[in-house]
Amino acid sequence: MSVADILDGCAAELAHDTGPAIAPARPVLRERGQREVFCGLTGIIWLHRKMQDAFFLVVGSRTCAHLLQSAAGVMIFAEPRFATAIMEERDLAGMVDAQDELDRVVNRLLERRPDIKTLFLVGSCPSEVIKLDLAKAAQRLGAVHMPRVRILNYSGSGIETTFTQGEDACLSALVPVMPALAADAPKELLIVGSLPDIVEDQFLRLFAEMGIAKVGCLPARNARDLPSVGPGTRYLLAQPFLGETAMALEGRGAQRIEALFPFGVDGTSDWLRAAAEAFGIDRALTEQVIAPGRARAARALANLRPQLEGKRITFLPDSQLEVPLARFLQDELGMELVEVGTPYLHRAHLARELDRFGPNVRLSEGQHLDRQLDRVRADRPDITVCGLGLANPLEGEGLTTKWAIELVFSPIHGFDQAADLAELFARPLRRRDMLEV
Amino acid sequence: MQLAVWTYEGPPHVGAMRVATAMEKLHYVLHAPQGDTYADLLFTMIERRGKRPPVTYTTFEARDLGKDTAQIFQDAAREAVARFKPQAIIVGASCTAELIQDDPAGLSEAMGLPCPVIPLELPSYQRKENWGAAETFYQIVRTLADKSVVREPREGRAARVNILGPTALGFRHRDDLVEIRKILALLGVEVNLVAPLGATPEDITRIGHADFNIVLYPEIADEAARWLEKTFDQPAVRTVPIGVGATRSFIADVAELAGADPTPALGDTSSRMPWWSRSVDSTYLTSKRVFIFGDATHAVAAARIAREELGFEVCGLGCYSREFAREVRAEAARCGIEALITDDHLAVEDAIAAAAPELVLGTQMERHIAKRFGIPCAVISSPVHVQDFPARHSPQMGFEGANVIFDTWVHPLVMGLEEHLLTMFREDFEFSDEAGASHHAAHSPRKASVQAVSEAPVEDIPSSAMADADGTLWTVEAERELKKIPFFVRGKARRNTENFAAAEGRRQIDLETLYDAKAHYAR
Repeated sequence: MSVADILDGCAAELAHDTGPAIAPARPVLRERGQREVFCGLTGIIWLHRKMQDAFFLVVGSRTCAHLLQSAAGVMIFAEPRFATAIMEERDLAGMVDAQDELDRVVNRLLERRPDIKTLFLVGSCPSEVIKLDLAKAAQRLGAVHMPRVRILNYSGSGIETTFTQGEDACLSALVPVMPALAADAPKELLIVGSLPDIVEDQFLRLFAEMGIAKVGCLPARNARDLPSVGPGTRYLLAQPFLGETAMALEGRGAQRIEALFPFGVDGTSDWLRAAAEAFGIDRALTEQVIAPGRARAARALANLRPQLEGKRITFLPDSQLEVPLARFLQDELGMELVEVGTPYLHRAHLARELDRFGPNVRLSEGQHLDRQLDRVRADRPDITVCGLGLANPLEGEGLTTKWAIELVFSPIHGFDQAADLAELFARPLRRRDMLEV
Repeated sequence: MQLAVWTYEGPPHVGAMRVATAMEKLHYVLHAPQGDTYADLLFTMIERRGKRPPVTYTTFEARDLGKDTAQIFQDAAREAVARFKPQAIIVGASCTAELIQDDPAGLSEAMGLPCPVIPLELPSYQRKENWGAAETFYQIVRTLADKSVVREPREGRAARVNILGPTALGFRHRDDLVEIRKILALLGVEVNLVAPLGATPEDITRIGHADFNIVLYPEIADEAARWLEKTFDQPAVRTVPIGVGATRSFIADVAELAGADPTPALGDTSSRMPWWSRSVDSTYLTSKRVFIFGDATHAVAAARIAREELGFEVCGLGCYSREFAREVRAEAARCGIEALITDDHLAVEDAIAAAAPELVLGTQMERHIAKRFGIPCAVISSPVHVQDFPARHSPQMGFEGANVIFDTWVHPLVMGLEEHLLTMFREDFEFSDEAGASHHAAHSPRKASVQAVSEAPVEDIPSSAMADADGTLWTVEAERELKKIPFFVRGKARRNTENFAAAEGRRQIDLETLYDAKAHYAR
């Protein structure tokens, strides 16, 4: 199937780059139709593990509760730090005031869980549709429970957010309550995007070795322990799905450090160097600090390269991690990108990533599931990255897959995880070759 | 509003998906926002289905609201019919679409689609998954059944039956069906139709040809069976053949309606459970306290098996489906206890803690609760987990199902002979209470604080007595003596002693009270 065939009939939807003028125009296949993605509520699964003093209360339906429990996969936590306030007929029929009901549920919850220091009221599709004002509720309840508990709100609804956009919405809700960094304070570095603690610590050690003294993380491990933000803040995005958060930070005077995302040797080096440069760190020192990590990663990747080199890969839209991961697989492991689908393409944040793509990479944004699966069947890539709902059906058709959700749950950033990241793609291929049943 | 951490049942449209996914050549057009597609993974991951559920989600967004969501629905329906060429479609709304009131039924009717359209009204804010499955199946049967069917006379042909109820994502439905077919073959009864599992809409049109129905899973099939009874004069077998006794009754019921001889089916020589239960190693099972929770059908069946076929004592019984509360209450009354009808897993957890059972039979939810309490557990009902879809044949129904149940319930317990060894050698460090059964690798750690208190020398404890949560006073000596009782009966001994002390009005539990209580409760 040629690019022309695929784009046939989609001419009207064929958009040209509207981002920074430096980037050459690259056609993007924009599609609308059924999407096979999670909604933003799913972010709660990793956010509640990251922020250990925070609780996430979804105000939604039984479907929301069922989604969280199904996406969490196993019900391993005795009492997880999330729950759903399930709206019922009487809440909708006006027999009770939904705001009163919410007060009742929140008060009961906070009574039972004195360990909660930050409570997020999380909007859902039904709460958005009935226009239940959670900002007002957060304000009212906050007045009662501050200073013991800070109450914030954001929306993780599927009518507004796709999967990782839930984290974006959550972090944007934190930005206004970050302490102010004095206008004349020295520059500070802020890492934005939730990373597993182990990876965060690796990065913090590297920055310390470079001599960047003050480095904050958003989200912080304790949501009540937020870093400061102000005109002296220089922030680095650790995740590619944080458009709203970036805007909120810039609204408070912070400036983005432009870099590749920290995946693989190139991405991580570029990300660290960009920060070093912004802080005027001596180039030789920077190279000296990153050299051991670069060498280790390169060595580890060399073992995996033969397994992945020349293999063709398609990404179905899922987490917005698709573009930087595809760049890593293409540049550092020699994989051939067939289609890179993403739910939403942030032109500015991904500009440098997209520059690396070869000319024949089919880039698509949004989804029309059945048409996209038709393309996968026609392309027959060696491996397809997709959601859990599609993996076994595609395997059933003889197509090897990688579940996208693992890319969100596993430590994949930085030098020392580069090979782990590559291994996530290599393992399904190796397994396919091993099995003789 | 109800505060929920985990839920036993999904929303009703997931019930509809279980029916649609079980059937062939039926498609479900679901008006829903993105995110609701998570439900696909229940089928593809938990049940390991190699095919996508036959569901098209319309995927409307915030910006579509108040503009063209109805158009989005119609486009999706038209595309789905053109692409998948189903024999019929079901249409409905998820919780969010219900609020925007687009009326999928009316919209699809106006489209003149080339196949029957079955509209579903599933109130998301009132009802749940099982109800949604039952309602969907009923609507499908009611719409598609050919009402002009006249059954030919019974003379000179085998009796014909419909097996109703098995769905996708059902607890062992696949394997139960194999056992039911085996029984019917032995009785010489012909299967007219199995539905929803494996049936096409065209198959459903022929549902009236059967002489009677078997309601295998009342949660799903009862509604449809009642309509069939009225419409086609088809009686229904409602005995659910889980357990040896129930299987025998089921065979008798089917044989009666079919006019067949039940003997060949009753004489099935692969029924081992009765002997396994009578053999002496099983003596130790006598009056084991068991807590049962699940869907009504499986919970009631489990209670009967526990009492009549394994000699357990049922110390707790409940279900999460209010629709079938009556049956569960009746069975609980036979066990001499009060039924727990709730969909709040925290209430179930409290009830398990209070009952202090030696075995929990429940859903995946109770498995987690039991794990935390360090109580053995077996899963008997939905909600399901990937482990509940084993590769091997593992039915619950029929005589083979009873064999499977014997193994599944008994294996988590400390085995008979081993239990005696633990009692005899309990002072030996190798047989420490904490070791548990030898065939289990991992055990939940006991609470360290409890151990610290009971192992501390008497002199170190300032007061000679400790108050427990209820304010009952155990002397240190009595507490130590209690510790010498094997752990698997210790909970019962503690509870009995406390009840005895309370009844006797004794304020303190000393050695005397402990042994008085023992004598009092001696069987």
